[in-house]
Amino acid sequence: MNAVTAPLRSVRERFRALPRPVKYLFIVAVVVIIYLLPIINPPLITTQDSDFASVLFSCAMYSLVAIGLNIVIGYAGLLDLGYVGFFAVGAFSVGVLGSAHAKLPLIICVPAAIVVTMISGVLLGAPTLRVRGDYLAIVTLGFGEIIRLVLVNTSWLGGPRGISNIPAPPSLHLFDVPHMSWEGFTAYLDLTTTTKFLVFSVTDAVPYYWLAVTIVLIVLFLDWLMQNSRVGRSWEATREDEDAAELMGVPTFRFKLLAFATGAAIGGLSGALFATKQVFINPDNFTIIYSVLFVAMVVVGGQGNRWGVVTAAVLLIWLPEKFRFLSDARFLLFGMALMALAIFRPQGLLPPRRRLRAQRSAEREGVNAEEDPGHIEREVADV
Amino acid sequence: MRSLIKLGVPVVAAALALTACGGTKDNSSSSGSGGKQCDLKIGYFGALTGDAANLGVNIKNGVELAVNQYNAKHSDCKVTLETFDSQGDPSVAPALAQKAVSDKKLVGIVGPAFSGESKAADPIFEQAGLNIISASATNPSLSEQGWKVFHRVLGNDATQGPAAAKYIKDVLKAQKPFVIDDSSEYGKGLADIVRKDLGTAVVGNDAIQQKQTDFSGSVTKVTASNADALFFGGYYAEAALLTKQLRQAGWKGTFVAADGVKDDGYIKAGGAATEGAIMTCPCVPPDAAPQFAEAYKKAYNSDPATYSAEAFDAANVFLDGIAAGKTSNADMNAFIASYDKPGVTKQIKFDAKGEPASVSVWAYKVEGGKIVKDQEIK
Amino acid sequence: MNLLIHHFWELTITGLTIGAIYALVALGYTLVYGVLRLINFAHSEVFMYGSFAAVWVLMALNAAGATGLGLVGFLLLGGIAAMAASALVAFILELVAYRPLRKRNSPPLIALISAIGASFVLSEAMGLRDKPFAWLGLDAKLADYVGRPRENTPLPALLHSQKLFNFFGYNVTNVDVIILVSAIIMMVVLDQFVRRSRLGRGIRAVAMDAESAALMGVNHNRVIRLTFVIGGIMAGGAAMLYLLKIGVTRYNAGFILGIKAFTAAVLGGIGNLRGALLGGFVLGVAENYGSALVGSQWKDVVAFVLLIVILLFRPTGLLGESLGKARA
Repeated sequence: MNAVTAPLRSVRERFRALPRPVKYLFIVAVVVIIYLLPIINPPLITTQDSDFASVLFSCAMYSLVAIGLNIVIGYAGLLDLGYVGFFAVGAFSVGVLGSAHAKLPLIICVPAAIVVTMISGVLLGAPTLRVRGDYLAIVTLGFGEIIRLVLVNTSWLGGPRGISNIPAPPSLHLFDVPHMSWEGFTAYLDLTTTTKFLVFSVTDAVPYYWLAVTIVLIVLFLDWLMQNSRVGRSWEATREDEDAAELMGVPTFRFKLLAFATGAAIGGLSGALFATKQVFINPDNFTIIYSVLFVAMVVVGGQGNRWGVVTAAVLLIWLPEKFRFLSDARFLLFGMALMALAIFRPQGLLPPRRRLRAQRSAEREGVNAEEDPGHIEREVADV
Repeated sequence: MRSLIKLGVPVVAAALALTACGGTKDNSSSSGSGGKQCDLKIGYFGALTGDAANLGVNIKNGVELAVNQYNAKHSDCKVTLETFDSQGDPSVAPALAQKAVSDKKLVGIVGPAFSGESKAADPIFEQAGLNIISASATNPSLSEQGWKVFHRVLGNDATQGPAAAKYIKDVLKAQKPFVIDDSSEYGKGLADIVRKDLGTAVVGNDAIQQKQTDFSGSVTKVTASNADALFFGGYYAEAALLTKQLRQAGWKGTFVAADGVKDDGYIKAGGAATEGAIMTCPCVPPDAAPQFAEAYKKAYNSDPATYSAEAFDAANVFLDGIAAGKTSNADMNAFIASYDKPGVTKQIKFDAKGEPASVSVWAYKVEGGKIVKDQEIK
Repeated sequence: MNLLIHHFWELTITGLTIGAIYALVALGYTLVYGVLRLINFAHSEVFMYGSFAAVWVLMALNAAGATGLGLVGFLLLGGIAAMAASALVAFILELVAYRPLRKRNSPPLIALISAIGASFVLSEAMGLRDKPFAWLGLDAKLADYVGRPRENTPLPALLHSQKLFNFFGYNVTNVDVIILVSAIIMMVVLDQFVRRSRLGRGIRAVAMDAESAALMGVNHNRVIRLTFVIGGIMAGGAAMLYLLKIGVTRYNAGFILGIKAFTAAVLGGIGNLRGALLGGFVLGVAENYGSALVGSQWKDVVAFVLLIVILLFRPTGLLGESLGKARA
């Protein structure tokens, strides 16, 4: 495992040692490249069998989902197996307000969707967050299914037909951006395939990708602010030992509810993004299996590390698309990858630094896991 | 004409930094300047993997057979089949549709196979002008969207539903029909039409969920109502289990379903309980086109299944267009609009909305463990 | 409402039969949770492999249409095949997906990820079972076994449902009786085993306090392995009964059933064997009542609402979690 983390750590340290302007320049360059990915269409990374910009959009959108769920699972330690429910509430709020029962513009629909999901998060959390541990997992799973079944069985919400013609964000045509195309490793500038900046249309996913990346960056910043505030520390205290936190004067229930509502709001925002890009939504998009996938993103990435969960979300969406040619075997291999990761990198791709420190100090104290059969039990009970 | 400016640098960062250098390259092969083009493609869009794969493979085989027959005749100028495996999932459909419309050699798509993915993908085809002919999507609303590129070669649920209701009323002379749907877009849409047409005669309603396996609640309702016929709107996986559990509970009425149940999988899973079940289908019995059935059997070692023949007809519309040199989207669209030729399933001709001009709905029934034709519902 | 009153016993009995199947599968979740405190997400696939084993064995023996003693023999054989296959899959699952994690002192949720991965692998392997046979050129010959791998595979027509006696207006069938009786026998045997045998005592000891149990000389790994195998046997039995009731299985047959069974386990109090039984029966019956009252499309909603309401008032389920403490 050290073989993986050691070079990463040295890169991080070398980066820290750089002078400040160089650091900023580097960060700006990385952000620019991220924005330009669908334009550059880099060989090896691009997806051959489905539209690269659409895949990138999905990566960005599911990153947002992972960031939201990371607040619930990673920060507050609440195992939520029904997160897709909030995603669905966000998407259908936009659908109902923007197409099915009113024709409000998206600018109004999206904040409304966030508010609606936040309220649904509070309504769901208030009664259920009193149950602890794995009970919460099954209760949230139940809520996720209830939301889906209500969507299927309520004709006011479109029923199984779903909702079509969901509005797009407002467009403003400023200039055209030519795409790059590649023959082998030789790059060409393709003047006929262009993206209109900034026109949202169903035939071009690039502007949607830009929108999604922008939202992801903003949410990441807010997430950083929150984690480093009193709220973030209270979450951490609640996660590590709820009773101790309560004794120290942390109103744990209120903070758990806050985590739940914040997570829900971000889930709703990503659902809204999904709806506007997709134009058409139906309840089939919101099955349990997505909740499972979302939890996998957070745990695979390293619960509590925002960069980790974003990386995991991107990988888990991109890999199956990249390897479409494996067709049927994709999910078999996906399962194997999850198992291999669990065995060989149990702390996740990028574990949070605080947890790493705790682990290292525990190692120094000489706790030997193999002699300690009760270990997993105690840890699970903490969740 | 497609102009490409060579940047010629393999490193992404460097490529960004450089302005255009080197000459312009002309991709002449994709210029649409009359003349007959070769190595064109037609696409199949629908599930090839996942739960709905069986139906998708039936359709793909039909298209593939048409393409192979065309290539055997035009060995100097072949057409290839490109498949877009949507897994039947509307959320992956847009990315594939965008990939499809960016392929300049693609002249038409047979599909999308299901109504849900059609709703997600068709706006993209419409915007790009790529013509589609679905061999299986039967939701009535698809032709009401004003999409010019949309066509289908089979009747929609709005023709099949009334036919099923008519069969229950006039042929079965059922006094107490019961209606169940599977809460899917297809099943509920169809069942609602049947409910409306049967009116007050309906003695009871219920809905189940897809992938459900235990139907005790519904079975109790049906047997309690003393229904003499049951219309089920849904697919064969659930239909087989429902039929079986109804028969186990001793229900004696007639089980009626629609084309989603007309598959050997229904009999295979339902066994003897399926005997006597009726299904409606806007498709002509295979004995109307023996040479197609023969060729299909030779190629795939199985009888043509649901929608294979429709897919064959749909593909042939595009292939005839290619043979006639109508390779641009606009030419192809005009060609399809004026198309009027006998196909394997019916006279292939489209009305202004892209619906087939003539539709006949047939009733089939399970007899001796096989699906055989019963009669045309007029 | 009318329907519920007039057909109360029919709905109750058919609910109890499906509930018995939930309960048997729920036992697997509860046992593993009791000793390891983790949700064995892949238990649903253990069930699914058992159901396929039963179908294949009975198909290979050409069991369709057997009567009398032959029928009884085939039913038992199918059940044994299912139990053996499920127990084997559970054993391998523990070995491959859980033991390496225990050795490496993994964080808790990672076991869930490993289980999710294992669940994907197991169900997809079944969904792709035609591929290896196609490479060997055997797919045409074995079409009944491996053809159309993602669709329903039926159990050979074996047991025809027959009316046995009338119970308050409901004709109880032979299938209902077989399911309820065999499920209850299996549960009683398990209960006695855990309560009275030496191995059962080991399970209870580990569930109560793993460290003390280890100090007292209980072989921790062996107990865990045993727990998985017992859970597998129960799931195999459930698979055979499921086949008698439903008649078909498929590569993802375990998924929804697994969720229901897990719900049942939590409903009764996870970690508590008798809780799993009670939870299974309550869930099965509640679903049927819900179908009758508000329509079958709402039955899952009824099940989950019931779960949530019960957890609000009894946060550890109907009977509380107590594999170790109680006499379970």
